[in-house]
Amino acid sequence: MSDAVSALEGRTSQGFATVQEAGLQGMVSLRCDLASKALAKALKELGLSLPAQRRVVAASGRSALWMSPDELLILVPYAEAAATVAALEKALVKEHALVVDVSDARAMFRVIGEKAEQVLTKLCPVDFDALAADEVRRTRAAQVAAALWRSDKDTFSVVCFRSVAGYVMGALEHSARPGSELVAPA
Amino acid sequence: MLTLTCPCCGMTVEETELAPGGEAHLKRFGPGSSDAEFEGYLFARKNPRGVHFERWRHAYGCGKWFLAARCTATLEVFGTYPAQTTEPPASIVAAIKARRPDWEGLK
Amino acid sequence: MSTRLATGGRLIDRTKPLGFRFNGKRLKGFAGDTLASALLGADQMLVGRSFKYHRPRGIIASGVEEPNALVGLGTGARFEPDQRTTTTELFDGAETSSQNHWPSLETDIGVLNNWAYRFLPAGFYYKTFMFPRAAWKHVFEPIVRQSAGLGKVPTERDADRYEHAYAFCDLLVVGGGVAGLSAALEAGRAGKRVIVWEQTAHWGGRSPVDGGQIDGMAPEDWVAGVLEQLAAMPNGSLRARCMAAGLYDHGYVLGYESVGDATPGDGRPRHRLWRVRAGQIVTATGAIERPLAFAGNDVPGVMLASAVRDYVVNWAVSPGDRTVIVTNNDDAYRTALVLLDAGLVVPAVLDARETPTGELIEAVRARGVRVLAGRGVAKVKGGKRVQGVQVCAQAGEGAVLEEIGCDCVAMSGGWSPVVHLWSHCGGKLLWDEANACFRPDPSRPPTGADGAAMVRAVGAANGALRLPEALADAGGPPAVAAAEGPMAPVWVMPQGAPPALRFKAFLDYQNDVKVSDVQLAAREGYESVEHTKRYTTLGMATDQGKLSNINGLAILSDALGQAIPVTGTTTFRPPYTPISFGAIAGEARGEIFQPLRRTPMHEWHEANGAHWEPVGLWRRPYSYPRAGEGLRDAVNREISNTRNSLGMLDASTLGKIVVKGPDAGKFLDMLYTNMMSTLPVGKCRYGLMCNENGFLMDDGVVVRLSEDSWLCHTTSGGADRIHGWMEDWLQCEWWDWKVYTANLTEQFAQVAIVGPNARKLLEKLGGMDVSKEALPFMTWAEGELGGFRARIFRISFSGELSYEIAVPASEGMAFWKACLAAGEEFGAMPYGTEALHVMRAEKGFIMIGDESDGTVIPQDLGLGWAISKKKEDYLGKRAQQRSFMDNPDRWQLVGLETLDGSVLPDGVYAVAEGHNPNGQRNVQGRVTSTYFSPTLGKGIAMGLVHRGPDRMGEVLDFPADAGKVFRARIVDPVFYDKDGEKQNV
Repeated sequence: MSDAVSALEGRTSQGFATVQEAGLQGMVSLRCDLASKALAKALKELGLSLPAQRRVVAASGRSALWMSPDELLILVPYAEAAATVAALEKALVKEHALVVDVSDARAMFRVIGEKAEQVLTKLCPVDFDALAADEVRRTRAAQVAAALWRSDKDTFSVVCFRSVAGYVMGALEHSARPGSELVAPA
Repeated sequence: MLTLTCPCCGMTVEETELAPGGEAHLKRFGPGSSDAEFEGYLFARKNPRGVHFERWRHAYGCGKWFLAARCTATLEVFGTYPAQTTEPPASIVAAIKARRPDWEGLK
Repeated sequence: MSTRLATGGRLIDRTKPLGFRFNGKRLKGFAGDTLASALLGADQMLVGRSFKYHRPRGIIASGVEEPNALVGLGTGARFEPDQRTTTTELFDGAETSSQNHWPSLETDIGVLNNWAYRFLPAGFYYKTFMFPRAAWKHVFEPIVRQSAGLGKVPTERDADRYEHAYAFCDLLVVGGGVAGLSAALEAGRAGKRVIVWEQTAHWGGRSPVDGGQIDGMAPEDWVAGVLEQLAAMPNGSLRARCMAAGLYDHGYVLGYESVGDATPGDGRPRHRLWRVRAGQIVTATGAIERPLAFAGNDVPGVMLASAVRDYVVNWAVSPGDRTVIVTNNDDAYRTALVLLDAGLVVPAVLDARETPTGELIEAVRARGVRVLAGRGVAKVKGGKRVQGVQVCAQAGEGAVLEEIGCDCVAMSGGWSPVVHLWSHCGGKLLWDEANACFRPDPSRPPTGADGAAMVRAVGAANGALRLPEALADAGGPPAVAAAEGPMAPVWVMPQGAPPALRFKAFLDYQNDVKVSDVQLAAREGYESVEHTKRYTTLGMATDQGKLSNINGLAILSDALGQAIPVTGTTTFRPPYTPISFGAIAGEARGEIFQPLRRTPMHEWHEANGAHWEPVGLWRRPYSYPRAGEGLRDAVNREISNTRNSLGMLDASTLGKIVVKGPDAGKFLDMLYTNMMSTLPVGKCRYGLMCNENGFLMDDGVVVRLSEDSWLCHTTSGGADRIHGWMEDWLQCEWWDWKVYTANLTEQFAQVAIVGPNARKLLEKLGGMDVSKEALPFMTWAEGELGGFRARIFRISFSGELSYEIAVPASEGMAFWKACLAAGEEFGAMPYGTEALHVMRAEKGFIMIGDESDGTVIPQDLGLGWAISKKKEDYLGKRAQQRSFMDNPDRWQLVGLETLDGSVLPDGVYAVAEGHNPNGQRNVQGRVTSTYFSPTLGKGIAMGLVHRGPDRMGEVLDFPADAGKVFRARIVDPVFYDKDGEKQNV
């Protein structure tokens, strides 16, 4: 749908790290028995596999994120979301499962740069030294819920609810302001 | 400010990522119960000084409820465990006994 | 005179002079100065007036313990009172002003208090201002307010930025002195993640000033080497200008970092609050020197001995030409040596001990200084500056043996370990007889999550006051320092000081608490140290037991005839020194003070003049007033247009929770009071939720999506709470039921199309059959509407023909605009929450939070029809069976119509005959919702009235403000279209 716009329409801000609203992102929330064979098969058809506890599995533009013991979040291109919901529902039709499109309920951000971690360190009670390269951390960004992970070496992906996208953008911008790097003063 | 380990996702997180849910191991009394039973279920809470069992939700994380055994006086945490149980598991009881030999068990 | 020395000063850079102003006077200092050292260097010893008596006060200390030298710093939006000059780094252009005086620092009218202070003893306020009661508000308080208060509150909004930051480590070392650095180095070498905080801008603590040798090196060189090693470690982090403000449960420590204090306006945050979780914490917080209590010990020029040598060594500032040293220990002799080395005069050392001997004492004697043993100060002479001391025998009652002229007195009463952090989270103290101080009791430390010790005190903070023992205590290298003999506790000087002397011997400089005040409190029966603290104000305000603590406790113990450990200490509470409100708030200011939730159409509302109403964290348009239109008129217009033509409401905030699974029907039957499992696919049903106490907690329309899935609408404010409520029951009580839920509130933008022309708008958008036959009231359909993926719910909260349409949130704005465009020819107009509320009230629909308040059951609201009689159980059912719930005497919902058509005030009560035991009128009901109805042209209201539905037609009295009584008749709560003809077309 050409009329679809993400919460902040890709707003970008340059601080000591780049903060960018990532635009439309397809997201499918999936709740079921994660050990089910039907799920494994369905993920395989998406080119993915079952992520371990708190891990993300990514392949060719899609990802599967472990969200809780009975919940995954599947990331696909926005235009694929509806089809992905349909495919998963079909694959899991005999299972007790809930598959819902949540693409429009969320906002996604990228925090990019060598010091990207410092931006998030100011908002999230997260021990980044202990965060594995492929680990998803659901946490609090200042006053709202967020999930974050490293999408590559110098980039963090952050997902929050759509309604607070402006708040999260403001908090990230504030935290990335030049001059507020967390270097130890001389 | 406490830190607790969520047994559902394995994260050790601080209190701001959790939501408290009061005393654990309450038995629900519905229609057909006596006034005394219903009153106990709805209103009577232990509030002990010492070993206590509590409900917590990993609200800013995996969203799951879990239970915690801790000392209300020293804030020592004896352990956390999934909420799908009507009584503390043996491992938690053993952990408490090891630290509080005088503890008389969940009553 | 205090002055800058021609040479020396290890911390200042003479090539970088800085200009600043004090009370408008232009002064000069150097880079590396503190405000205090710069003021002293510019001969500004007098820096303020005391809090209570407005006595002239000078700089006493060189660090965080300074009680007097607090100034207003900055101007306008960067003004802040009570900035401690001894810890504020000087910067070019700093504007400072002294406090607590009027009209000027030099000539203060408030000093009258000084003359009158024999009439202002401890507890004066409590004793004097009690009666008559009215006098406090009209007479006493205005006067006290005028002269009280520490500094002035800023008048402008703070221009600076602040932030928080989180950190995690195995070991947090608090204090960058030699003990702290030793502990950090040991842990760093062991591979632990170490964070070290130093509250000042410099590392090494007192050691570079106090001297000695560490590992064969000068302390300064050893410190530099260790810093280099720590900085090179990937697992180490050093942070200067960062003070540990408080230590809390489970290894949580707050650090207060000064980032941009000395560079205002350069874009950096001013302060940063570190929120650290540490596996272990080492407090290497050093010790603070105690003053001695003698008459006139607050005259400007009387300073701590350690501070005097700090000013000379660190900043090349001479506090005075002639300095008399008064002590009960060897350490103060170091000050004599430092002064002599700087070419200054030490006329005498007054040592309270009878036979002081030792390396340092002999060194001073050898320089030709008179050491007067067993002597003390009877009285300091001078007003705004020390002019001399009267010497007496410490053992006596103050008979003056001789007078020594001087302009500075360096005093030392021994050292107190800084035990604040240790004590914040339950660490206990023990009394150290040898050093006459409290120190951490290692057998009773603060404990962490695992029940084991989480804090270790090292070095001087642990009572290891001398360099070699401090380093040994911290696991550091061997060190040597001059051997010191035992100190002798001295709590009052002379020990037999008569009232006249005790009356001028200050314990707490900041609060003007004297020896005589504490003794008075003891005589009046104050035995608890906590009570004495509050009665006398000893150790209150920013001091928090730094300078005054031990001396005060000792005096109190003596007066009570008990040992000091029996008296104990007051409670040490965070923060260690005051921290800024900005640091506590962090990023939470202005636009991001709290999360503002926006619907996908938020920007349209804003652009079209919405007057906002907060609903939870959402902002919803209350109304859309047009240019020149009042709010009330706008609401009336929106209602009339909706009732007569076509209104549009942004209903996106409505909660939307999907419940799915084989047991979902059973689950919803437990959650709602009515039956949801029997709802046919394609249909909608209004439902109520109660808590286990039986009270109504939420309502909304439930939609049967498919055989095994339902969509539950909740109130706007209730979505997250109800979703949490569902998960609680599913996870913790009925965990074997197969049900999944998902909160899809934000997935959809929802638009209500309301009014007689509603169908026309939808038909114009096209794509779905919205006829009465295809889509009757309380049904729903899914399809493509005007090219948008849509679900249409035929539900109504206004009594009009109404459709609520959900589209993906990302298309919400486009859909809203498409509706406006399609509806233009039918008179479409947006309406806000107030119109929504009025229209629902006209129809007698209840609103959660208006008609319900947590004490109302559905039966009170005439909603008995929505409570299933067939179900054995639902949440709240057992509670509703209690006798007082099933009782006709409850207050129940009715409509209320004033006799004159006016609008009842919100929340007013209907009075009944007689009075209750408190002498108040009995009541028999109250107003829960009240509006002007433009549809009916009069005021309408709903209320809860005792046996209300049985009393139709009765007139009740509602007294309101200013003696006005509203009279209203009990009527049916449905005021408009009682048969529902309008919504069923």
